[in-house]
Amino acid sequence: MSKTHVTTKVNGDTVEFLADPRASLLDCLRDNLGLTGTKEGCGTGDCGACSVTLDGTLVCSCLVLGVEAEGREIGTIEGMAEDKELHPLQRKFIEHAALQCGFCTPGFLVAAKALLDQNQNPTEEEVRYWLAGNLCRCTGYDKIIRAVMDAAAELRGEAA
Amino acid sequence: MSGAVSVHLWSSLTRFTDGARVVAVEAGTVGQVLEALSGAYPGLEPILEAGVSVVIDDELVTDHHSAVPEGAEVYLMQRIKGG
Amino acid sequence: MAKDGLTEFRLVGTRPDRPDGLDKVTGRARYGADISAPGMLWAAVVRSPHAHARIVKIDTSKAEALDGVKAVITRADFPEGLTGEAWNLQENTMAGDRALYDGHAVAAVAATSAFVAQDAARLIEVEYEVLPHVIDVDDAIKPDAPVIREGAADATVPEGMPPNVVRYMEFGHGDVEAGFGAADLVMEKTYKTEATHQGYIEPHACMGQMGEDGRGEMWVCTQGHWFIRKMCTDVLGLDPAQLRVTPSEIGGGFGGKTTIFMEPLSLALSKKAGGRPVKVVMTRSEVLRATGPTASASMDVKIGMTKDGQITAGRAEFRMQGGAFPGAPVDFALMCGFAAYKMPAVEHIGYDVLANRPRAAAYRAPGSPMGAFAVESLVDEMCRELGLDPLEVRLKNAVHEGDKASYGPKFGSIGLEEVLQATKAHPNLLAELGPNQGRGMASGYWFNHSGDTSVSLAISEDGTAQVSVGTPDIGGSRASIALMTAETLGIDYEDVRVNVVETGALGVNEPTHGSRATFASGKAAVMAAEQAIGEMCRRAAAKWGIDPEAVEWVDGAAQPAGPNAGKFPPMTIAEIAAKMSSTGGPIAGHHESVPEGVGASFGTHVVDVEVDPETGRTTILRYLVVQDAGRAIHPAYVEGQYQGGAVQGIGWALNEAYIYGEDGRLQNTVFLDYRIPVASDLPMIDTVIVEVPNPGHPYGVRGVGETGITPPLPAIANAIHDAVGVRLRSLPMSPPAVLAALKAKE
Repeated sequence: MSKTHVTTKVNGDTVEFLADPRASLLDCLRDNLGLTGTKEGCGTGDCGACSVTLDGTLVCSCLVLGVEAEGREIGTIEGMAEDKELHPLQRKFIEHAALQCGFCTPGFLVAAKALLDQNQNPTEEEVRYWLAGNLCRCTGYDKIIRAVMDAAAELRGEAA
Repeated sequence: MSGAVSVHLWSSLTRFTDGARVVAVEAGTVGQVLEALSGAYPGLEPILEAGVSVVIDDELVTDHHSAVPEGAEVYLMQRIKGG
Repeated sequence: MAKDGLTEFRLVGTRPDRPDGLDKVTGRARYGADISAPGMLWAAVVRSPHAHARIVKIDTSKAEALDGVKAVITRADFPEGLTGEAWNLQENTMAGDRALYDGHAVAAVAATSAFVAQDAARLIEVEYEVLPHVIDVDDAIKPDAPVIREGAADATVPEGMPPNVVRYMEFGHGDVEAGFGAADLVMEKTYKTEATHQGYIEPHACMGQMGEDGRGEMWVCTQGHWFIRKMCTDVLGLDPAQLRVTPSEIGGGFGGKTTIFMEPLSLALSKKAGGRPVKVVMTRSEVLRATGPTASASMDVKIGMTKDGQITAGRAEFRMQGGAFPGAPVDFALMCGFAAYKMPAVEHIGYDVLANRPRAAAYRAPGSPMGAFAVESLVDEMCRELGLDPLEVRLKNAVHEGDKASYGPKFGSIGLEEVLQATKAHPNLLAELGPNQGRGMASGYWFNHSGDTSVSLAISEDGTAQVSVGTPDIGGSRASIALMTAETLGIDYEDVRVNVVETGALGVNEPTHGSRATFASGKAAVMAAEQAIGEMCRRAAAKWGIDPEAVEWVDGAAQPAGPNAGKFPPMTIAEIAAKMSSTGGPIAGHHESVPEGVGASFGTHVVDVEVDPETGRTTILRYLVVQDAGRAIHPAYVEGQYQGGAVQGIGWALNEAYIYGEDGRLQNTVFLDYRIPVASDLPMIDTVIVEVPNPGHPYGVRGVGETGITPPLPAIANAIHDAVGVRLRSLPMSPPAVLAALKAKE
């Protein structure tokens, strides 16, 4: 099947690739662009491991076609730390031991950042429902929720 | 060095030991216990070959060269691993 | 020095950042599917759509003719004549004459892209003759059930058993009938649990490369790369020393990544494709259909109890199917079932039964959750019948060090009494319950395991240390091993780097399983550090011209042991290391053994639930995990094990199950339908770490990974009964099941 030329922006950089029309954005990020931080856990939009932002909106990149990225702006885990400074969520995940195997972590971080970008003072219930589309099998979610709440407090300028 | 050791079997193995649940063997090491059992009760051999856990006086012992003290209580159990 | 449970340690018991944390929050950590190599091909696997079928013919010609296809393999490409476990592994990797379950691999293809491989797989024509199948364990054990495989029974199965029984066991002690006779209440009930999947978020993935000369390499997500090496080379008839296996970071395992599934396919395809590397990545559906879920169980339990709560006797007869191969953990289920109780008389009977399902793999405390569901549910039923407090009954019958275990030998050091007392003292037990709310408790047990362990440690030129271990880090073991090593050497945590290394770098290691990584690799790392310390003391002694026996190691430095040894200033590890090449060369330590002194771990959980009488849905209001860790090296990751285990158990109790159609095909093959707990289903999971140090480990470690999945199944059943007065004896206790029980009660 002939491929489609795609020009898009990933984490602020303009990139180009040739996409098989059947390939998901997740496949293109991982296999065409070498950005393997975004993970595939299911391929059906149920686990959230492939979470990225598309023009600022949180999406499962396994449910977006690579060709749909044309002319858009994509944010992945690789772009989350700015100027070598970890995002507070990244620091808090390490500090709270909010990861065990770490495979779901990039998706959780991207999803949690999308929440905090629009709501810096979420309740525990709001965090739990926002992250209900991200599966973690190791932690039982307790430490993840605490890390997100603590990062939100830091972003609000409150001492943890 | 070898002495009398009593070996506790799980009860379905008694088919191979003429009904005995505790059998006495002469052995100085774990390996000798297993060899003595296979020698006395050939029906046990495939089960011992497949792997069993050996407990001597409440300690799980994996080294077949480990000494078995005279008069020790040896338990054979299905082999333990885990997830 | 003193490792007696009283000493405060400098590092052990602290909560530093894990060393691999930065890689894992930035997306840099490389997991199974994150690798590629020059010339790499992609694989796709053709799988049986039937639960049981004779494979009449496989035509691969159209696939082979497709542009970009480099290799197609079937069972004909594997060596013949294997026996025993090697044959089981080969048969499960690729079907022979018959497909034995929905999802069983029948052919595989390697091509220049994933899409070409998938297209080619669709062009492979397989002709099947569908055979009768059997799924449920109680059906599979019937004398007239479809026979999965003639002659599969081992020597433990007496003559005359039904054809699908492949292992049989009886064990116990005491006079059970006399025990029941002495009881005031004897109850016997039947319980069932469904098969569930470990549900690790990372699907299996590997990249294998194998030349015509039988030398090869593999990159793979696994709990144990030496197991992968041995199993792959057994299946393919290769020499294990010629296969070098490198573990990726691992995205969860829980026992499910201790064996092989599609890994040999990458090597066989690579060999046929002229040695080009071949990447195999499973889809989620392939993971659910064709990896190793746990067994399903059907269990009869009988207990005798006096009216003041003393258990007089117990009997358990368990039937488990573990798929189309032997290995359902019925033995462990029986051994763990009564483990928390002093049993004057007990009888266990177990059947391992074949059925047309994927081959069960280990899943966190394999067998123990099923046994606990049956025994701990029945104990609760009897406490209610007799009007007794279930916690007091558990305390009254609790096993202690020196007691004879229900499964035979005497217990060493254990902390069940301490766990139950800590549970009793917890404020969650005082929380008030409203209408349709209830509280349940249960205990659980896991033996813990040691196994082949090989660790090496090297001192760097500046006095920092690197440790090479063979147990992949699934939940923070790099941190715990670095803490113990740094504690022993007397250096900073940050000055130790723990590497998980490939099969070429160490002696054989068993996987990260059996709750053993922090126990066994940790103990071996401490012994390797002590060996290096011995060498550093010798170097100092040589410089000072005194006897090495007169040198001791204190706070990261060699110093004369006492005034008689001579008066020299301490020589630090950095000073000794800086001079090592002119004082005898590199300083290292290593340790290889099957470390002895495994310490078992008991835990008790208390759960508060609310049941919606309209829908039957159960909500977890409060959840408490109390468990004996021996000693928590890094308490945050111990809590994480408790919380994660509990939530897997909650999923098993309330919702997860393998659902089969009449046709024997798995119906819930995606996470939407095989629904594991999500964040909005749960409250915070409260934990109490009880520390009764294990005398068999230098820092008292027991191993904490597995016990936590065991108590939730019965604890939630007990809580639901407390809430709405219905007793569920089958899992999952999903809303329809609870609703049906409520309707039946009316």
